[in-house]
Amino acid sequence: MPLAPDDVRKVARLARLAIADDEVAPTLDTLNRTLDLIGQMQAVDTTGVEPMSHAHDVSLRLRPDAVTEPDCRDALMANAPAAERGLFLVPRVIE
Amino acid sequence: MSATIIALAADLAAGRVSAVELATEALARAQASTLSAFITLDPERTLAEARAADALRAAGSAGPLTGIPFAQKDIFCAEGWRTTAGSKMLGNFVAPYDATVVARGKAAGLVTIGRANMDEFAMGSTNENSAFGPVRNPWDAARVPGGSSGGSAAAVAAGIVPAATGTDTGGSIRQPAGFCGITGIKPTYGVVSRYGMIAYASSLDQGGPMARTAQDCAVLLNAMAGFDERDATSLQREAEDYTRDLDQPLDGLRVGVPRGWLGDGVSADVRAAVEAGIAQLEALGAKRVEVDLPHAQYAIAAYYVIAPAEASSNLSRYDGVRYGHRAAEYADLADMYAKSRAEGFGAEVRRRILVGTYVLSAGYYDAYYLKAQQVRRRIAEDFATAFSACDVIAGPIAPTVAYKLGEKTADPVQMYLGDVYTTLVNLAGLPALSVPCGFGEGGMPVGLQLIGGAFSEARLLNVAHRFQQTTDHHLRMPPAGAPGAGGAQ
Repeated sequence: MPLAPDDVRKVARLARLAIADDEVAPTLDTLNRTLDLIGQMQAVDTTGVEPMSHAHDVSLRLRPDAVTEPDCRDALMANAPAAERGLFLVPRVIE
Repeated sequence: MSATIIALAADLAAGRVSAVELATEALARAQASTLSAFITLDPERTLAEARAADALRAAGSAGPLTGIPFAQKDIFCAEGWRTTAGSKMLGNFVAPYDATVVARGKAAGLVTIGRANMDEFAMGSTNENSAFGPVRNPWDAARVPGGSSGGSAAAVAAGIVPAATGTDTGGSIRQPAGFCGITGIKPTYGVVSRYGMIAYASSLDQGGPMARTAQDCAVLLNAMAGFDERDATSLQREAEDYTRDLDQPLDGLRVGVPRGWLGDGVSADVRAAVEAGIAQLEALGAKRVEVDLPHAQYAIAAYYVIAPAEASSNLSRYDGVRYGHRAAEYADLADMYAKSRAEGFGAEVRRRILVGTYVLSAGYYDAYYLKAQQVRRRIAEDFATAFSACDVIAGPIAPTVAYKLGEKTADPVQMYLGDVYTTLVNLAGLPALSVPCGFGEGGMPVGLQLIGGAFSEARLLNVAHRFQQTTDHHLRMPPAGAPGAGGAQ
């Protein structure tokens, strides 16, 4: 079932992406055509097929719980859009 | 400059040229070029790296790559370098640390000429999705270089640098290599560390080398590959010398050609060049066999679920708080997120985030994401079956040669269809390379794809190397004076 304009607004909200009213229609068109393309895979019989989430049949490693990173606080804070006294600034969320 | 790494390394070792001289020449070519192959040039940093390489040599500690100039795809974090991933979102981001690929390059003495242009967050097949403008194809400036590693491919093809790094999530090393007439290999998933490589789709992303020859790719891969405990999916394996089998004869090599891959789905010029490439392998002693990859036709569908799903998760980190673009005006925190992301991401990235968010949303997960992962296994099983009947698989990289800028931008879904011969390899996690096999419409290069079983990089490079010893497609340079090929000598 193709998506409707409200679906696009809902998905955009879930994705935290602002979407202008005049962008909804073209976005809807591309998304629906992408979903048509994706829908081709429904033709494959996958009964009993184990989903493949990793290219190799291995389990992920664990490592010792040890400090590995040097102190790079200044370099990290230098990329912050807004910072003060070593803290990231965000809009007030608690009145 | 059309010299290979091997040739330049000999000149450096003999003292005929210094790393600083090579870097200065490459910088001049990069600055004179009109291809937009680079997002950032930083001559001071480049020359500092070159001086360090010369010092390493003076101290008697030079390796085979010490002093070789190269282009670093702008997706690998490099301490002190602006690292943008082709996005306005990271337009002011200076990496605070080195990716493992960068650290390994430094240790080998490679010299970064600049940061190669790319499709934003590696999402694209034309390099038109870069926030820093499209890259031009050195063979015809009206055409795309391919993507997402388009800057890397153009810089090598134009002779600005002899080598570059790339990353390949659904074809992003192989397709631009094919479109620009160079050689590029996507290794087996887990062979090259993803640490510090800005994430697109983590279960598919893999870095690899791009150069003029398979031999050069092998030497580069020796420096790039290896276990890295900082990447949870890096494979713990013995180090390999990828040059070890380069000169092995191809007698008895079974080359599998998937049924239907050289039919109506590819243009006549690509078909002719790929057929000629396969015939050349037969002349070298290989035996052509037909194989079946019955689920290959569903690879694009599965890829355009899995990659956007992983991308929507990976790119949730760009929230305008800790780094990256923040909108100038907003009402509250939620509004700041939404506006910062809408402004910072380009159209294709926003599209893929929306698709990924949708297929992972409540009620759709099983129908899309789980189904795609099951199709993914079917594709991997197809390969396993095929490789019981052949040693390598040969076929096209893309259905056509490089097309004109703007030709596919109006319809992104049409662009996705061009990934028909590449995405399945990433889904299965296998190694594959692109080797120039001829020229098609408009005199544009055509790439031959060679796909191997897991960890068969040395074998693939061997086949490509022997191929290149008896062909000269890879030695051809874009015509002198071709528009935009400024810097080619």
